[in-house]
Amino acid sequence: MSAIPKEEYLYKCTSACAGCSSSLCLRYVLKAAGPDSVLVVPACCTSVIQGIYPGTAMNVPVYNIAFAAAAACASGLSNALSALGKETNVIVYAGDGGTVDIGIQSLSGAFERGTNFLYICYDNEAYGNTGMQRSGSTPLGARTTTTPGGKPTAKKDLDRIVEAHNPPYMATACSAYPLDLYKKVKKALSIEGPKFIHILAPCPPGWRYPTEKTVEMGKLAVKTGTWILYEREFGKLAISGPSKAAMKKPAPLEDYIKGQGRFKNLSPEIFDEMRQQVERNIQRLSREEAGVC
Amino acid sequence: MLTIATGNKAVAAAVKAAKPGVVAAYPITPQTEIVEQLAEYVTTGELESRYIPVESEHSAMAACIGASAGGVRTFTATSSHGLLYMHEMVHWTAGARLPVVMANVNRALGPGWNTWAEHTDAFSQRDTGWLQVFVGTVQEAYDATLMAFKIAENEKVLLPVMVNLDGFTLSHIMQSLETVEIGDFLPPFHLPHAIDTENPCGYGPMTGPADYFRFRWDIERSMRDARGVIADVEREFAERFGRSYGPTEDYRCEDADVVVIAMGSLGKEAEVAIDRLRDDGVKAGSMRLRWFRPFPDLDLAGREVVVIDRDYSFGFGGVVAHSIRSKTGIEPYSVIAGLGGQEVTYNDIADFVRNRCPGEETWFGVSDHV
Repeated sequence: MSAIPKEEYLYKCTSACAGCSSSLCLRYVLKAAGPDSVLVVPACCTSVIQGIYPGTAMNVPVYNIAFAAAAACASGLSNALSALGKETNVIVYAGDGGTVDIGIQSLSGAFERGTNFLYICYDNEAYGNTGMQRSGSTPLGARTTTTPGGKPTAKKDLDRIVEAHNPPYMATACSAYPLDLYKKVKKALSIEGPKFIHILAPCPPGWRYPTEKTVEMGKLAVKTGTWILYEREFGKLAISGPSKAAMKKPAPLEDYIKGQGRFKNLSPEIFDEMRQQVERNIQRLSREEAGVC
Repeated sequence: MLTIATGNKAVAAAVKAAKPGVVAAYPITPQTEIVEQLAEYVTTGELESRYIPVESEHSAMAACIGASAGGVRTFTATSSHGLLYMHEMVHWTAGARLPVVMANVNRALGPGWNTWAEHTDAFSQRDTGWLQVFVGTVQEAYDATLMAFKIAENEKVLLPVMVNLDGFTLSHIMQSLETVEIGDFLPPFHLPHAIDTENPCGYGPMTGPADYFRFRWDIERSMRDARGVIADVEREFAERFGRSYGPTEDYRCEDADVVVIAMGSLGKEAEVAIDRLRDDGVKAGSMRLRWFRPFPDLDLAGREVVVIDRDYSFGFGGVVAHSIRSKTGIEPYSVIAGLGGQEVTYNDIADFVRNRCPGEETWFGVSDHV
């Protein structure tokens, strides 16, 4: 942890909920990016977390933009700054709604065009800003205010969609592993072109667990193999340290599920399907890393 | 340099002269030629600009917002459904006080699919905070585009400008065009609130009622100030390049008993109709309305007015006719004509004047009056 700078770019007293892991992630993202950076933020929790005009909880410029538009706005900004000879980092920091659902077209466009920027999706697996409605990123079986009986369909596999664009760098991260996240942001910003980091960001009110368990919840996601940490540099996959051990001998999925109110009263069939999905993902990524495809 | 060009090529030539840092655009009929020409200029190196080929018009305007906020001159072009698809971002540009210039090639809206001229697309953006000018010739498309940058970027304005030209009847017809050496007519782009990492700010964050209200008033204040800025820029343009424009283009109005008000190419067509009417002893004049936002003050006292609307607000009436009514108190004869590219000749316009019924509304070719 000593490698992480002491400078803070996200001040105390944000408007985040207690135990908010996405604001924790943003703190490390900004430490890695440094002061010559601009955040582009669509409608999401971060548009609230930064505070209300004229105040701001950030000490980098934050450009707020409409829900569907973040990646396109970043394309314009990145081109303008480059035309002016500046090397400022342009970073989209967007929730799963603004990425997996309404923002996916502009994300795809910016990646296809080869925009030089870093797109970070912090994924709390629902529309957290508006009180936990389902998103395309909500996992199978999870209860939200618009899936009160549990979501009947699986989480959209955003990473495979991004992967299909062949970006020079993409990675997954989790709020419970800040050093891993910090290093990935550093590496991403050292590479020219479109980069993508997908962060699992557990959400206490949305997932219905006690606020003090937010780091534990992230660790359980990784240890059970539900969330796998990896990097894909120029197409080559490398599983990250914390997931290596977990994938060899995953913790029981029950450990991750049982502490979350959103998975209350899960049927045995749905639970079985979730377990199979976890196993399939572990096998798929293990095979790819070993070069067996 | 004197040449001949389509309206679209004229807009592209003006954009080239303005040297934007970023052009972000999506092609749509009948605007396509503008962005094709700009892509060509960038590819051949005639224009040193970043051309961002976006995947939608929503993203086109979003990219323009990012680019303009980043501190460079920015241009896009669209039409019809493209404009409607970017509607959310059209509001955003004005709210963020970004002097983006956009050419809108006026076209009807589906269904049914129709690519011909109509002004409903532009009027659907009426309340977004954009300045809107409507041109009548290829030369004016060029001149208005150049002036649009200067007006938008004036620190008293800092609002986006939409240059409207009629689909096909202006975008694709060829007329003579005199391009100019703009010299220092357009100063280097300077946005006082450009993104600056040395001075970190939140741009467009959550804003409570009191501050939000103040920001809206600032837009209106700038819209009011824009009238004077437009006049100054048009005066300077006339002094430098010899072509003069105003909020309206008046033709034989001085002693007119009846005045025809129309926009775009129909406004030019009306001038021919006026000559015919004058030959017949009818003391008619025409007033081609150029600026729609900010809406100009018009002196129509003591005259009868015939308004031709190439648009319609369903359940209400012609948008221009209503604007004239509410601004002047005059009850015009409201003619709805030219929707979806319907052909309207100068003889038709002369007939509108001869058969006028003040206070009434007629749909040309549909209802009984004409």
